[in-house]
Amino acid sequence: MGIQMTKINDFGITISTVNGSGSATANNTIHKAIAKMGIPVSGRNIFPSNIQGLPTWYSIRVNGKGFLGRLEKDDIAICLNQAVINEDIARLNKGGLLILDDRIKIDDSLDHVHVIKLPIDEILENCDVPKGLEVYLSNMVYVGALAKIISINSKKIEETLSQHFNNRKKAIEPNINVINAAYEWAQENVKDDYGFELREPDKKSAQIVVDGNTAAALGALYGGLQHAAWYPITPATGIAETLNEYIPSLRFDNEKHETTCVVVQAEDELASIGMVVGAGWAGLRSMTATSGPGLCLMTEFLGLAYFAEVPLVVWDVQRVGPSTGLPTRTSQGDLAFAYNLSHGDTDFIIMLPANVKECFEFGWKGLDVAEHFQTPVIILSDLELGMNFWISEPFKYPDKEIDRGKIIWEKELEELISDQGGWGRYIDVDGDSIPKRTVPGNLHPKASYFTRGTGHDEFAHYSEDPDIWRENLDRIKRKIENSVSSLPKPVIRQGKQKNNIGIVSYGSTDMAVTEVHTLLNEKGIFCDYLRIRAIPFSQEVESFLSSHQENFIIECNRDGQMKDILSMRYPKIAHRHIPICKIDGLSLSASWIYDHIIDHLKDKN
Amino acid sequence: MVGQKFQNPITLTRDDYKGRPSTLCKGCGHNSISNMIISACHDLGIPPEKFVKFSGIGCSSKSAAYFLERSFGFNGLHGRMPSVAEGALFADTSLKGIGISGDGDTANIGLSQFKHIARRNVPLVYIVENNGVYGLTKGQFSATAEKGLKLKRQGENSYLPVDIAMEAIAANASFVARSFAGDPKQVKELLKAAISHEGTAILDIISPCVTFNNQDYSLHSYSWGKGHESPLHELSFIPPRDEITVDDFERGTTKEVTMHDGSVIVFKKLEREYDPTNRTEAIRMLEEAIRRNWLITGLLYVDPNTPNIYEMFSMGKEPLNRTPVERLRPDKNSLRYINDSFS
Repeated sequence: MGIQMTKINDFGITISTVNGSGSATANNTIHKAIAKMGIPVSGRNIFPSNIQGLPTWYSIRVNGKGFLGRLEKDDIAICLNQAVINEDIARLNKGGLLILDDRIKIDDSLDHVHVIKLPIDEILENCDVPKGLEVYLSNMVYVGALAKIISINSKKIEETLSQHFNNRKKAIEPNINVINAAYEWAQENVKDDYGFELREPDKKSAQIVVDGNTAAALGALYGGLQHAAWYPITPATGIAETLNEYIPSLRFDNEKHETTCVVVQAEDELASIGMVVGAGWAGLRSMTATSGPGLCLMTEFLGLAYFAEVPLVVWDVQRVGPSTGLPTRTSQGDLAFAYNLSHGDTDFIIMLPANVKECFEFGWKGLDVAEHFQTPVIILSDLELGMNFWISEPFKYPDKEIDRGKIIWEKELEELISDQGGWGRYIDVDGDSIPKRTVPGNLHPKASYFTRGTGHDEFAHYSEDPDIWRENLDRIKRKIENSVSSLPKPVIRQGKQKNNIGIVSYGSTDMAVTEVHTLLNEKGIFCDYLRIRAIPFSQEVESFLSSHQENFIIECNRDGQMKDILSMRYPKIAHRHIPICKIDGLSLSASWIYDHIIDHLKDKN
Repeated sequence: MVGQKFQNPITLTRDDYKGRPSTLCKGCGHNSISNMIISACHDLGIPPEKFVKFSGIGCSSKSAAYFLERSFGFNGLHGRMPSVAEGALFADTSLKGIGISGDGDTANIGLSQFKHIARRNVPLVYIVENNGVYGLTKGQFSATAEKGLKLKRQGENSYLPVDIAMEAIAANASFVARSFAGDPKQVKELLKAAISHEGTAILDIISPCVTFNNQDYSLHSYSWGKGHESPLHELSFIPPRDEITVDDFERGTTKEVTMHDGSVIVFKKLEREYDPTNRTEAIRMLEEAIRRNWLITGLLYVDPNTPNIYEMFSMGKEPLNRTPVERLRPDKNSLRYINDSFS
């Protein structure tokens, strides 16, 4: 079969290995070295809920235009797992390249792809590999071979490894040796040009590579987080672990030997949210990080926090539910649940980051919003965003002072009392539905109040009075509605020409939808794109939906949960909403979304 | 007898430590405990603003409103009083936490949080007002109800009970005591000792339910308690401001335990040699009490040297909730350094 056309900076690579074989370092090295070349690249770790033995894939997409969404098919497959070789081959594009461990058996009559068999053991034997490290270092063989075949800058590989091993020469050298040996092997044995090539662009954007969980945790630490409690759960664990990693350098006073941020691993999610509620109530900026099953356990406390008006932040890094579901796969399936959390009437502020930059930004902003409005803020990230590494502009230092809301201490309380003649925890003094708040440790004899989840009046006293109940709950609703102006506005991308088609999305699905939006407009199907970043919705959301005859609402869940919420919120235009949604554990790809929009438009015509 | 207007060392009267009027049944043991909390806090001369109250759900948890009105309070969720306290107390480690729970709240729904707060040694006086019965839902068995107990609509309890003191010791609690609401003097002395303890202090107080569980044969009744109470020792608590040394007590009859704030608890042994710093002896004693149907009261176990959670976390003296915002946000340079590390 002939050599195909050159594909410069636009192809997908999937590395197929067995879980627990130590391929993560090799895969990250490829991914990050390409990023260091200044070429837009994304990487997805598709891993099993297992420590050792099940298949795992790492998919890297190189795209000069900066599209980061998942590809349905690969151009290059690196296969080290006999068990799934047929699936891997089936996922290769025609003309693709199959690089495999030479011990793996394949059907010799393959004719739609090119095959390179890597003699891994033979290459390793010539490298004088330190004993015990053979398994790990064997993965570096495909790094070296791939570096030759697609022209990865070898200096960038070395930089990546130096960073990974903290400049420890003893750890770096054996890896480099194997990579070089494999590179040389490829130089001698791979003579064909398969057309896949990396070229460093003239203008490299300043890029960082980081995962969403790290970004979220750092954002919180720059947002003045003082307390976090958590319970281990995939895929949210990275957030708490990052807090622990950075507190010693960012939030520990070495002179006084004092911390300004406490992180407690609780006995379960019931306790972690309880601690966060306690801390938030007592005047600490507090948060937890969990995933769907944990959010289920936290629900009762969140209802209490909503009603008792306790500020806190919950990061839900979504995985596939219901139930234990697919613990290591991504989804946007918790939106409707987060929207309807708790029994009784509630409304929670929800923030929807779509990239690592927003994870950082919402990390600090979420704490401000929670304290300002004295209410829980739910931030919905997902496994796709949280656990994978993404290229991004560098994190931006917060451009607003920390907002501690209406906490009042002894002096302000005394002034308030002499001004108003008294004080009550739930009196709307300022007419903005946000009462003043004292916290434990305030030594004014009138500062205290008794917080409860039962009915209470403006002085926090127990009450079953119908009017008091209704007025209180109405005030809380107004307070939440007023938060709109403090929440991130939606992002709108206009189409090439004025048009009647809207596409709507949120969260990490944005990566694929941005590409779809570009593609549709290039093909002459003009449309505008609205990305929702927070609930309650701002006026822009309604305006956008009303100004388009059809709105494709694109999300990674079964039922179109955002579509449902928008339809409830805006019933008069609900008939214009067309759900484009799917849940199978993988993020939506641009090609799948594109096909479904086109199909719908065809059916209509 | 001191009058209501008696001033403590900070010139506050007992009224300054009172709460709102109780809405519990007349004669409820919980009311007696609330009264002793008021007295103990007043006696210690700690300003009411320095206490924070926590409670779960149930009759016992309601009682947190009936003392210390000038203290902040949080009536949270069923079985989850400990977690709220564990979060809140980090805000200002100079505050004294008082947690009120019941037997259903602690031994049924909240057993996990109960045991975990003990092993973390969060400074909190954790009072279990234990009556073996669910009162607010009108008389169901709790996990501390003894086997064979009969209730009107429940029939006979067929399960063995959870022993709260035993569970506390097993969970490595650093202070475990049991008392009886009908013995206010002992309750008060134990409360004062518990407040001075700088770790989790578990107080299992048998507090009869006059409405649903006060049958003479029931272990959670007044008459049973009065007849079977077997105090380990008489206990008197000496606040640190009083200069009393161990020499004031006759050798051989006392056991002193110095609390971290400098105060000393002195135990007068009655019938038996008892060393409350010996964990093995405490467990043996509880076993014996179960076998012999004794209501062992007094300080069962204490270890004032266990590090508490504040020490584990390097908490400063300044309240964390008063930390100026400038100290909470790292500077710009640090972010530049982090960005570089990701590039």
